Amino acid sequence: MLNFIVRKIAMLIPTLFGITIVSFGFIHLLPGDPVTLMAGDKGMTVQEHAAAMARLGLDRPLWQQYLGYLGQLAHGNLGTSLVTHRPVLNDFLTFFPATLELSICAMVLAVVIGMPLGVLAAVKRGTWFDQLSMSTALVGYSMPIFWWGLLLIVLFAGVLHWAPVSGRISLMYYFPQPTGFMLIDSLLSGEPGAFRSAVAHLALPSIVLATVPMAVIARQSRSAMLEVLGQDYVRTARAKGLAPGLVVGRHALRNALIPVVTVVGLQVGALMTGAILTETIFSWPGIGKWIVDAISSRDYPVVQSGLLVIATMVMLVNLVVDILYAVINPRIRHA
Amino acid sequence: MPDPRIPALGGTPRRPGAREGTARAAFAAFWRSFRQNRSAVLGLGVVAALFLVALFAPLLAPHDPVTQFRDALLLPPAWEKGGRTAYLLGTDPLGRDILSRLIMGARTSLMIGLVVVVAALSIGITLGLIAGYFGGWLDAVIMRVMDVVLAFPSLLLALVLVAILGPGLMNAMIAIAVVLQPHFARLTRASVMAEKGSEYVIAARIAGASTPRLMLRTILPNCLSPLIVQGTLSFSTAILDAAALGFLGLGAQPPTPEWGTMLADAREFILSAWWVVTMPGLAILITVLAINLCGDGLRDVLDPRLKRS
Repeated sequence: MLNFIVRKIAMLIPTLFGITIVSFGFIHLLPGDPVTLMAGDKGMTVQEHAAAMARLGLDRPLWQQYLGYLGQLAHGNLGTSLVTHRPVLNDFLTFFPATLELSICAMVLAVVIGMPLGVLAAVKRGTWFDQLSMSTALVGYSMPIFWWGLLLIVLFAGVLHWAPVSGRISLMYYFPQPTGFMLIDSLLSGEPGAFRSAVAHLALPSIVLATVPMAVIARQSRSAMLEVLGQDYVRTARAKGLAPGLVVGRHALRNALIPVVTVVGLQVGALMTGAILTETIFSWPGIGKWIVDAISSRDYPVVQSGLLVIATMVMLVNLVVDILYAVINPRIRHA
Repeated sequence: MPDPRIPALGGTPRRPGAREGTARAAFAAFWRSFRQNRSAVLGLGVVAALFLVALFAPLLAPHDPVTQFRDALLLPPAWEKGGRTAYLLGTDPLGRDILSRLIMGARTSLMIGLVVVVAALSIGITLGLIAGYFGGWLDAVIMRVMDVVLAFPSLLLALVLVAILGPGLMNAMIAIAVVLQPHFARLTRASVMAEKGSEYVIAARIAGASTPRLMLRTILPNCLSPLIVQGTLSFSTAILDAAALGFLGLGAQPPTPEWGTMLADAREFILSAWWVVTMPGLAILITVLAINLCGDGLRDVLDPRLKRS
């Protein structure tokens, strides 16, 4: 097992370097040089420009600059935002909990609804329930979520007035946020109504972000379950007279869940794509909105480091999923 | 040079006309099983209709998609109170006919899908063939680069590429193609590696087939099934991603009629004029749904192994 983990980590190293090359290259691929970009509309004289290039080390050969960049990264220096003038790492840490909270809620929602739906559809194969749930899943899978979000806003905020449509909590609440997770912080604050407000703000974005993963998980659970239900050991279990519920719950489900775990893991990258759109629609102050705002305000250090951090994060999550997968499925370890 | 007396093996015909015959028979067999799947046929019908609409868009659109009718701002659809039959699905805040914009938008979206899939397929197949066929360090380098591309969430990478290249339809298509092609490269590589050791490939090599011939004529045709399925699914992904970029203001630029951009323009009117938001989104959903129905049908017929994903 240790061997497997070490091998997996070793395979990540080239990818990690590749990611740093991409984020390093980003600034250099932009039209114009970084100094001109940073000067923006103010402009600067040729002498000022040359001096700034030399000060930032941008007149050195590219490979030296890249090594310098790696050195900065090793010291945890991700640059400074051109807009907030704060270190990018600080900004990232401020916005990240919001995205994490939203993603966890969405993923829990997707698994809790998607998996039973898929399993039931497989057990009741060919019935109206199967057809209805799989059609719904296909619609969810095909959904442009930015539109879906707008529709939910029209329905729940415009017509029913049930849920707020932007931010993480009502502006009337103000309390310290030690964890950055609004659900926890609002409980800790002890302010009446704060938790309710946080839940209400979280509800619609979570549903929107959960839609596509839910559909994928439902489809995947169904086909994994169908495959397992057709196998000999399930037939044996049935033949020896086990109750149908027991066959499905104890024997089939366990093996059907293995591929589903991978799909859940693979959804993490997709979740980030969804978060960019969901956070933009609901003005959710997370890293998705942070990056989109940075791109539109040409805050390139933020875009550069945001790319790096997000890609590294996705990679690490995939590593964890790979390891978990090997834990539940010994065949993988020895492959 | 292969000896002309030895019948070439692999994908080559034994007698003139045999290839066409088998291709037609294969297609007939494919169509027989595809036809069984009613929802896939429905999806195919809708996709075909959309292609016709896109093809004849200028003839079908009742108005010019960018003309602003100043006397008809934000009109509701014809069946609503205050709607006019001249503007069947209503008009947008600038007085442009929504139906005409949707029809011309079909052209934009389907073109995006086609261009992106063709580009991603060509790059992906080329890289996958090289990696899978030659193996070794070439394989390692290509696949590590693909890993790097796949490490970035697709929309994020597309956003950043567009930030580098500048917003616009062409750049959005390039970005989406770059993001999608690793999937094709991986699939091609996996099938090439599985096929490379098969007897028919070895036989063709002994018969003297050249490397490009082995790669393109002997091996590739046998790797196509999963690629066709993935290509169909990528077609819908490309349309969705392009609409998402348009929605974020980085795709097609106004006044180009594009569904995602139409949604973005309509955002502030969602509570006052439901139709300007509903219609473009519905167009995206129907198109993507129809393509995915086809894709599911294709997958069930062509590649039973992929049924699980």
